[in-house]
Amino acid sequence: MLWETVRLALQAILRNPMRSFLTVLGVVIGVAAVIAMVTIGRGSAAQVTADVQTLGANRLMLSPGQARMGPGSGSGSARPFALSDVDALTDQLSSIETGAPTATRQMVAVFGNTNHRTSVNGTDSRYLVVSDWRLAAGRAFTSAEEGGRAACILGHTVKQELFGHADPLGEDIRLGTLSCQVIGVLEAKGASAFGTDQDDVVLIPFRTFARRIAGSADVPLITLSMRDGVSTDRAVGDVTALMREIRRIGPGEDDDFTVNTMEQLSSMLTGISNVLTGLLSAVAAVSLLVGGIGIMNIMLVSVTERTREIGIRMAVGAQAHQVLMQFLVESIVLSALGGLLGIALGLALAALGAGLLEVPFVPDPGVIALAFVFSAAVGIVFGFVPARSAARLDPIDALRH
Amino acid sequence: MANDAPAPLIALRDITRHYGSGEAMVRALDGVTLTVSKGEFVAIMGPSGSGKSTAMNVLGCLDSPSSGHYLFNGIEVAGLDRDQRALLRRHYLGFIFQGYNLLPRSSALQNVELPLIYKGLARAEREERALEALDRVGLAHRATHDPSELSGGQQQRVAIARALAGHPQVVLADEPTGNLDTKRSVEIMELLRQLNREEGLTIIMVTHEEDMAEFADRLIWMVDGKVATDRKTAKGAA
Ligand SMILES: Nc1ncnc2c1ncn2[C@@H]1O[C@H](COP(=O)(O)OP(=O)(O)OP(=O)(O)O)[C@@H](O)[C@H]1O
Ligand SMILES: [Mg+2]
Repeated sequence: MLWETVRLALQAILRNPMRSFLTVLGVVIGVAAVIAMVTIGRGSAAQVTADVQTLGANRLMLSPGQARMGPGSGSGSARPFALSDVDALTDQLSSIETGAPTATRQMVAVFGNTNHRTSVNGTDSRYLVVSDWRLAAGRAFTSAEEGGRAACILGHTVKQELFGHADPLGEDIRLGTLSCQVIGVLEAKGASAFGTDQDDVVLIPFRTFARRIAGSADVPLITLSMRDGVSTDRAVGDVTALMREIRRIGPGEDDDFTVNTMEQLSSMLTGISNVLTGLLSAVAAVSLLVGGIGIMNIMLVSVTERTREIGIRMAVGAQAHQVLMQFLVESIVLSALGGLLGIALGLALAALGAGLLEVPFVPDPGVIALAFVFSAAVGIVFGFVPARSAARLDPIDALRH
Repeated sequence: MANDAPAPLIALRDITRHYGSGEAMVRALDGVTLTVSKGEFVAIMGPSGSGKSTAMNVLGCLDSPSSGHYLFNGIEVAGLDRDQRALLRRHYLGFIFQGYNLLPRSSALQNVELPLIYKGLARAEREERALEALDRVGLAHRATHDPSELSGGQQQRVAIARALAGHPQVVLADEPTGNLDTKRSVEIMELLRQLNREEGLTIIMVTHEEDMAEFADRLIWMVDGKVATDRKTAKGAA
């Protein structure tokens, strides 16, 4: 009998395919939006995790002040670090493999009559170890150069912008008033988890940066790498303890520096994408609601149009609950078909979007199943009122209709 | 049947059906008492508004009387609720309407199958019985046609097949020839007469035409919601 009812519902729906399609369009769009968003969201989350891996999952970033969001922000008036802090952390802690000072400034790099705005990073050779970055050509800084000479290593993007396919090694480029010799080129790394180009960078020795560019020996940021097999908690604990000692922070006093881990970074990024998914899901919910009202409307029209049919069915012995079921099943089948269409459309959109955004295409079977159940539920909720009004018809009135 | 006084299939006693209340109250049925035995072919006539359709609705359990007793096969059915009346219609009653009332965009076969769906018959058996019924009214060769592809007389014969398919004990027909010309009307009446004679089908029919009433065995004349006369026709007397 149920299968009979479903068959009957399909017949009624297919009798007017265009109208049925327009009726469920709201549900189709709502479900498609959810599926596309969640699928792309999962893809970008997977991408973030992968990106954080390329940044080096075992990295720590030490910044002054009580930063709440990410590295580099919120330093304000807090005491900066000194180069000796980097050495102390690297030499005294067994949980730390190595560390590098990091000072950054946006500058224009000039070669001949080509120039390119980039980020100049004052650091030292240890930075290559910390960030797990290899040289594509040339060499790292010598200790003599780290003493304050004008040498530089170009990121891939800068090299391309200034030199194209020519060999930059041994050439001099200008950074503001500083003229420095190119001694190396970094391997390409691609975009970061924030979407910025990691290869748009020029590395110069920290002391050179301090004297010739910043005019101060303060270290605004220290990047550390943990030794293999060391837990993040332990490394953070060690670094915190040592820095409190160096900076003479008494017991009970708050830290005046912050240790950021990559886990925090990735959870922050995932958090952003979750907020986004949440917002868009709200939009989808509204569109499902509108879709449901569309179904209710058409089902009410359908009940009116088919009043005589209802009367005939009652005359030959259909009970009220059977008429109710007939119309309820019809609206469920209708909205579930809309859900299926929406799932197909959403997956197609997600595949397209994933291709455009260059993130992996990761459909979630759980979400797909949920979307289907949800769309069927829309049919139940919004089909009930029309179905009940059909079941309540008086057979004599209905036949006379 | 050999029995001289068979227990009546239908017995109405003092049935009333009122619409509205107070000054504006309409007594559509005002104390109807009558019995119909198994195998009878009864015609009901009377002026417009005399309560014929109301009586048919009560007899067909589409409606409940305001008061009185209605015994069907000796069982009181006047007080049944909607769902119980639906079951009674499903298992014992068949309907033929003036306007045919076939489902549009459904084949003749599907229309005839309709009561069998609610009887819970499996598909194969349904089809077999529906075809049988269509054959009985001479329309087996039109089984796949939509009502829109059939003439009025053919549509009414499909409706008769639908009423027969459930093997009812009583067929109720409210002006079954009201929409047909004389020739088609006579064909329909001959078919009903044949079903009554050959299969012992009990038929109660409302008509406005004396000629059609003559096909029945018995004629009930209604006036103002009451039975005015109740007599055998020429055929019934024969
Ligand atoms: N639903 C209703 N509400 C109020 N009054 C009704 C209703 N149905 C029928 N009546 C009244 O009951 C009376 C009997 O109506 P009924 O339809 O039974 O007459 P009828 O004998 O079938 O007439 P006709 O030959 O025109 O079909 C009429 O006065 C009619 O107006
Ligand atoms: Mg009438």
